[in-house]
Amino acid sequence: MRTIIYFTIGILFGITMFKSEAASWFRIYEMFQFKAFHMYGIIGSALFCGAIITFLLKKFKVTSVLDGTEIVIADKAKGWKRYLFGGLFFGFGWAISGACPGPMFTTLGAGFYPIIIVIAAATLGTFCYGILEKHLPH
Amino acid sequence: MIIDFILQPWPWYFSGPMIALVLFLLLWTGKSFGVSSNLRTFCAALGAGKKVSFFQFDWKAQRWNLIVALGAVVGGYIAANFLSVSTAVAISESTVAQLNNLGIQDAGEAYMPASLFNLTSFSTPKSLFILSLGGFFVGFGARYAGGCTSGHAISGLSNFQLPSLIAVIGFFIGGLFVNHFLLPYLL
Repeated sequence: MRTIIYFTIGILFGITMFKSEAASWFRIYEMFQFKAFHMYGIIGSALFCGAIITFLLKKFKVTSVLDGTEIVIADKAKGWKRYLFGGLFFGFGWAISGACPGPMFTTLGAGFYPIIIVIAAATLGTFCYGILEKHLPH
Repeated sequence: MIIDFILQPWPWYFSGPMIALVLFLLLWTGKSFGVSSNLRTFCAALGAGKKVSFFQFDWKAQRWNLIVALGAVVGGYIAANFLSVSTAVAISESTVAQLNNLGIQDAGEAYMPASLFNLTSFSTPKSLFILSLGGFFVGFGARYAGGCTSGHAISGLSNFQLPSLIAVIGFFIGGLFVNHFLLPYLL
């Protein structure tokens, strides 16, 4: 049952990423050129709704619809180095590949098979972070 | 008609709330919205935990997230094949002109540039290099920053997390730098 639920949410997510064109390399390029409002509108309106949702879930202490357990929306660990430095690397990759992790899976399904190289390289990048973790400023 | 609306590219004011709906569904079912965690799970599932402590965790507890990612693959298939009249992305004319100058001829007419995402990319060294380089940085940076667009830009900022704001500022500084100063030479 849970498998079906998460699979369905994933399908909804994939359809949204594709139809919103957030999964298009062209849209990411254009976003970094500030030549269209589209991507900023998507992120902005998602944030506007997301902030209301997050606020209401916390305010009314809504419990999980599946098992009634408390919904925990954890705070991110304090600090700035890992977020800034990690964010910079992520930005480099986002601008080059035109894909963040969600759209990688979406475009694979849409038939742009060379995205497999991006996914494999991203997995390797994650692995390299795991190796270097203790040596990097956080 | 609704179906006509669905079949067209979705406007931003529909797309954004739909992403928020995904965020809501994941939170409401007791989980969180963060796609890049799956890459860490891949590493753990492939046995990286034997050598590197960062990958020593109960990755099977992340099965739900792998299923979300699998759903995203299927969703991409459905959207591209059954929910689109045309998959051309109508980017602005000035962007089209600029990309044409950089040698990308199908800007404005395709969903992805053929020079990077056609099957011939598998045997084109330049395309392989660009795709690998981009992917590597995304994976490395997402884990270093502790999240990607979904985890920081959507979930974190929706929860007013300062660390997420710093991460998103990093995404944009990095992205703007590469887009303006590196991509013209790379493409």
